[in-house]
Amino acid sequence: MFLIPCPHCGPRNQAEFVYERVEEAVAHPDASPQETIQALYTRANGRDFSWELWRHAYGCRGWMRLRRHRTTHEIAEVHAIGAGA
Amino acid sequence: MMRYSALGLLKGGLDGHKSWTRAWRAPEPKARYDVIVIGGGGHGLATAYYLANVHGLRNVAVLEKGWIGGGNTGRNTTIVRSNYRLPQMQNLLELSLKLWEGLSQELNYNLMFSQRGALFLGHSDSDMTRLAERGDSLRCNGIDADLLDRDAVARLVPLLDMSQTARYPIHGGLIQKRGGTARHDAVAWGYARAADALGVDIIQNCEVTGIDIEGGKAVGVRTNRGAIGADRIGICVAGNSSLVAAMTGLRLPIESHMLQAFVSEPVKPMIDTVIMSQSIHCYISQSDKGEIVLGGDPDLYPSYSQRGIPMRIEEVAGQAIGLVPALSRLRMLRCWSGVTDMSFDGAPIIGATPVDGLYLNGGWCYGGFKATPGSGWLYAHTLAKGEPHPVNAPFALDRFARGALIDEAASGPLPQSR
Ligand SMILES: Cc1cc2nc3c(=O)[nH]c(=O)nc-3n(C[C@H](O)[C@H](O)[C@H](O)COP(=O)(O)OP(=O)(O)OC[C@H]3O[C@@H](n4cnc5c(N)ncnc54)[C@H](O)[C@@H]3O)c2cc1C
Ligand SMILES: [Zn+2]
Repeated sequence: MFLIPCPHCGPRNQAEFVYERVEEAVAHPDASPQETIQALYTRANGRDFSWELWRHAYGCRGWMRLRRHRTTHEIAEVHAIGAGA
Repeated sequence: MMRYSALGLLKGGLDGHKSWTRAWRAPEPKARYDVIVIGGGGHGLATAYYLANVHGLRNVAVLEKGWIGGGNTGRNTTIVRSNYRLPQMQNLLELSLKLWEGLSQELNYNLMFSQRGALFLGHSDSDMTRLAERGDSLRCNGIDADLLDRDAVARLVPLLDMSQTARYPIHGGLIQKRGGTARHDAVAWGYARAADALGVDIIQNCEVTGIDIEGGKAVGVRTNRGAIGADRIGICVAGNSSLVAAMTGLRLPIESHMLQAFVSEPVKPMIDTVIMSQSIHCYISQSDKGEIVLGGDPDLYPSYSQRGIPMRIEEVAGQAIGLVPALSRLRMLRCWSGVTDMSFDGAPIIGATPVDGLYLNGGWCYGGFKATPGSGWLYAHTLAKGEPHPVNAPFALDRFARGALIDEAASGPLPQSR
């Protein structure tokens, strides 16, 4: 269990959040089929830091991108995304 | 190999257990093998055994970074069944279940395989429709499945809360009577001992740190115990699949997530079948030692920490007590977590990679223990012949690019949604 510093609400229990996907998994509308396959179906899936998209589902419902360590769960950076970011 | 028998046990008892010999050797790695299997879990060890036993390949090594069976093989809730929804999954897991049925005898090792029945509960009319549909599909494929009404479920598991105020109302169930549990450690040890007897080198504390490629072909591995050459290399490392594949620059359709399990203090026999609910994701069984074994949802975000979140403990305990109120008085003894290799359609990958000579067996998600014998059998076939067996052909790595997904849960390409 860890705390996630929501850009809108401040530090909150991870249980309030939902992991959506890694940032590299976002498929862009103008990407080639190869790039889309790469984004949808492949991952680096490393043990260290990666940029991820999370949602404060049981809080303000805002989306955020955060850089999280996959072994220690340290969160190095968080940015709000979407309207009002 | 020293054969185990009741008489041998008696003899051991009489001579103070001094006559037992090592179950497998601890050899130094050779310079070269015909086949190297990376990962000494149940799947890797089974693969090595069938390579030697079925395909006559004796110059085989299993390289394990820690101790054999210390990964998900030794961390799972040991449920074995073949009652999946899709025919590709049914064929794979039924092949495996048939191998389980004769395995203790074949390996001369007591796997404590117990076909006590695996029961899915239905909590609503729509659950019952889904279970009936699954049962029909199984029976059409020659696999046993029995739809149970509410009374039959109550007779089978008298401790379930069947009252009017039950937190999870029970409308009926679907049982696979040939399903059950097995002793997880014994599966690793049994395969290791049998493979070793056929000449396979099982090398523990040997971590693969690199894969050597020459002219586009994998020719060997780097390890903390030196470089080792091989004609063919099979990756079989569960939650670490992406890390080993990355040694060749490959990216896989896999994310590593935590899955937890819990056991209680041992009690007298109270639950003699495996109880599962796919609607609330809780599963309950009782080990031969008497512990109640519980599992539930994964932690639903990528992690390699091998440590679970307390929120899930609370959730699983709540569900288990909701189903079987008598569990509320039990004290939990231990909880732990394993790194599961969550694939993007929920089905495993068994086959070639874009690197010549390099093969992959992974993506088993939270359900690969039941598949151990079948996975080893099919992977051995694939490694020995250089092409897949018809049963694992649909499970090729390139199916994602082709759009030929095997999506048992029909939940799309996000590991946390299954
Ligand atoms: C809590 C939990 C409950 C589960 N419950 C069930 C269940 O009830 N039924 C079911 O069917 N399945 C279940 N599963 C899934 C099942 O445990 C796995 O799918 C299965 O054990 C995978 O077997 P394996 O041999 O591939 O992996 P493992 O046993 O994890 O073996 C992989 C091995 O590779 C080694 N390795 C990794 N990297 C390297 C390297 N670089 N070099 C050398 N060696 C390396 C690891 O040390 C490890 O020993 C559960 C899993 C968990 C975590
Ligand atoms: Zn918020």
